[in-house]
Amino acid sequence: MTVYPSSPQFKKNARAALADGQLQKALGNVRTNFIAKRAAVADRLPEFEALRDQARDLRDHVLAHLDVYLEAYERKVLESGGHVHWVRTAEEASRIIVDLAKSRGARSVAKGKSMVSEEIGLNAALERAGIKAVETDLGEYIIQLRGEAPSHIIAPAVHLNQEDVEAEFRRVHTWLPKDRDLSEPESLLAEARAELRAKFLAADIGVTGANFLVAETGTSIIVTNEGNGDLSQILPRVHVVVASIEKIVPTLEDAASLLRVLARSATGQEMSVYTTLSTGPRRAEDVDGPQEYHVVLVDNGRSNMLGSEFEEMLRCIRCGACMNHCPVYHAVGGHAYGWVYPGPMGAVLTPSLIGVDKAGHLPNASTFCGRCESVCPVRIPLPKLMRHWREREFERHLSPAVSRAFLGLWAFFARRPALYRFATGLTMRALAWAARGKGRFTSLPLASGWTNQRDLPAPQGQTFQAQWKAHQAARRKRP
Amino acid sequence: MSAREDILSNVRRSLGVSGIDAPRRASVEARLAAHECGIAPQRGQGDAAARLKMFVEQAQAVATSIGHVASVDEAPVLIAEFLRAHNLPARLRMGDDARLRDLPWGAASLEISHGASAGDDLNSVSFAEAGVAETGTLALVSGAHNPTTLNFLPDNHIVILRASDIEAHYESVWARLRERYGAGLMPRTVNLVTGPSRSADIEQKLLLGAHGPRRLHVVIVGD
Repeated sequence: MTVYPSSPQFKKNARAALADGQLQKALGNVRTNFIAKRAAVADRLPEFEALRDQARDLRDHVLAHLDVYLEAYERKVLESGGHVHWVRTAEEASRIIVDLAKSRGARSVAKGKSMVSEEIGLNAALERAGIKAVETDLGEYIIQLRGEAPSHIIAPAVHLNQEDVEAEFRRVHTWLPKDRDLSEPESLLAEARAELRAKFLAADIGVTGANFLVAETGTSIIVTNEGNGDLSQILPRVHVVVASIEKIVPTLEDAASLLRVLARSATGQEMSVYTTLSTGPRRAEDVDGPQEYHVVLVDNGRSNMLGSEFEEMLRCIRCGACMNHCPVYHAVGGHAYGWVYPGPMGAVLTPSLIGVDKAGHLPNASTFCGRCESVCPVRIPLPKLMRHWREREFERHLSPAVSRAFLGLWAFFARRPALYRFATGLTMRALAWAARGKGRFTSLPLASGWTNQRDLPAPQGQTFQAQWKAHQAARRKRP
Repeated sequence: MSAREDILSNVRRSLGVSGIDAPRRASVEARLAAHECGIAPQRGQGDAAARLKMFVEQAQAVATSIGHVASVDEAPVLIAEFLRAHNLPARLRMGDDARLRDLPWGAASLEISHGASAGDDLNSVSFAEAGVAETGTLALVSGAHNPTTLNFLPDNHIVILRASDIEAHYESVWARLRERYGAGLMPRTVNLVTGPSRSADIEQKLLLGAHGPRRLHVVIVGD
C-alpha cells in the first residue's frame, strides 16, 4: 500500500521479522509448499527446461525490440477501440487513473491484483481523491483491511495465519453476527466472497494489471485463480489496465509459450484457473463487459535499465519462484525488504527503481546460494545482478566504513601474492593451533555474529592455494 | 515532449538504436506475421481419442467434473441429473447460442432464461469454443451467444464441449480465433478456464469457490 520504502531499515526490519513468532509460523508454509509443488509439476513436463530456455530467448528478443513492439501494440489497442496512456513516473500513472475515475464520476474502484498498482501507489492516490479502492483478490483484501502491503508478489498475505484473518474479519465486518463460526478457512473464504460480490457489482471502474500485453492483437492477458480479475473487468463500466512497458510479448503463440512456464514456476499448477485475454471495450454483439478500455503503460525507470547490466531483470514474468526458494526470504518474509518487490527479484529491481542509496541492503541480503537463478523460468542471473549492485554500492562509497576498511585491507594483501600466501599460511596455522583439540571455535573476537548462533570450523592445516599447488604437482607426476 | 515520445526515445537511447532502423522493424513485422509456434509439449498430441483422454485426466486433476453423452440432444437430461445430484434448482441461465437454443431443455424439466447474469443466477450453461488437452482447459469467447458474466457469476458453471473440438494445445485455439475473427483481431474476451475458481491465500490451503464458480461441470459430446 505504501510507496514510501522502509528498505533503508532492512537490517532493523529483518531483526524484527526473525523475532516475530506469528510470522515465522506463517513462513513455514512457504518453505514447504511452493518448493515441493513446483518440483513435482516441472518433473511431469519433460519439455520444461527447454521451455525455460525458449522463454529466456523470447524475453530477450522483446527487450531488444521493445520500442517497435510498443508501437505495434499501441496501434492494435487503438484499432480495437481502446485507449493507451503512456506514463513516465509513478506520479503520472496515479494521476492519469485518478483523473479518469473523477471524470467518469466514479465513487468506487474494484481492483484485481496488480503489483504495478502497488508500485505507483494507486490506492493511496485514489483515497486522496475521495474514491474508494477495493482490493478483490482474497489475499489483497485481507492485507488492505489490515493496512499492510503485500509480502509476496503472488501470495500477498502469505505472512499471515488463519487466526490473523479471522481476527481481522471480526474486527472489520461488524455488521455480521458476532457468534458466527469462522473456525474453518472455508467460512473465511465464503465471508470474503459475499462481502466482495456486492462491491464488484457497485464498482464504477475496474483496474487490473497484466501478465502479458500482446503486440499482435492489442490484447492484455491476466492470469488468476480466484476470478476476481475477471469480475473486476466485466462488471464495471470502465476497464483500466495498468502495466509496465516490458510486459509486451509479440504474438499469442509467444504468450502460450510463457504461460507454460508461468503457473508451473509460480504455484506449481499446470495452468492457472483463469487465463483471460481482453481486447478493447465491449463490441456491438456483446451484452456485457466494459464500455471503455484503457491501458496505462508505465515506464517508471525501466527504459533506463535497458542496455545496462541490469537489463536481464526486465525478462521477469513475476512468478515469485525466486522468493519461494530463497533462504533469506524464508527467514525474514517479504515486508522486511521494505518496498513493493521482495526476495531476490526485489533485491535487484528495487535499487533500480528507487535507488541503490535507499535499497543497497537488499542485494547484500543474499548468500549467493543460487537457488533463485536455478528456478527462474526466464533464467535471470539474479546473483550476478545482485553482485553488480554490490559493486555499485562500493564504488559510490555507500557501504559502511568498517566493511570498506576490511575490503581495503584484503585488497592490499591480494595485490601482493607472496605476502598474501605468507600471511594466510600464518593465519591458518595460528587458527589451527588456537582450536587444537576441538577443531572448531565456539567464540571468536570480531565474529560473534557467527559464533553466537553456531560454531566456526577451524582450518585443518594448509591453505587452499598450498593444497592446490600440491594437487597440481601430484597430477603432473601421474602418467 | 510527450510522455510517449519521452519513453520511446529513452528506450531507443538505452538500446543504442534509432527509430528508423529498417532491419529491426522488419524483424518485428516478420515475427508478428508468422506467429510461429514454440516448443509444443508431447503431452496432448496424438489422435482424437488420445486428446480426449488427456483432456479428461487433466480436467479431473483440477477438480472439474466430467459427464459424457453420445449426442448433444442428451445433454439436457445429463445436466438435469447433475443439478439434482447437487440439490440445485432446475434452472439454467444461458446466452442465445444457436447450439444451445434448440436442445430439448423442456423434456428434461429445466427452466431456461437467457442473457447476461446480474449475479443472482445459481447455474449457467455455455457451449465451449474448444478444449485444450494438455491442461484440461476450456476456451470460451464473449458475445451474445455466451455473455462473459455467465462464466463467472453463477455458483455452478456447466459447459458443453464437443469431443471433436478438443485440441492438443492453446495454439490451435489461436488458429481457430484467427479463422473466425480475422488475423490480428480478437473478440472482447477470451476465457481459458482450467477448473473451478479457487484460492490458496489462507495458509496456502486450497479452497474451491473463491469469486467464480464453485463447481465446473463439463459435458463432453461424442468420442
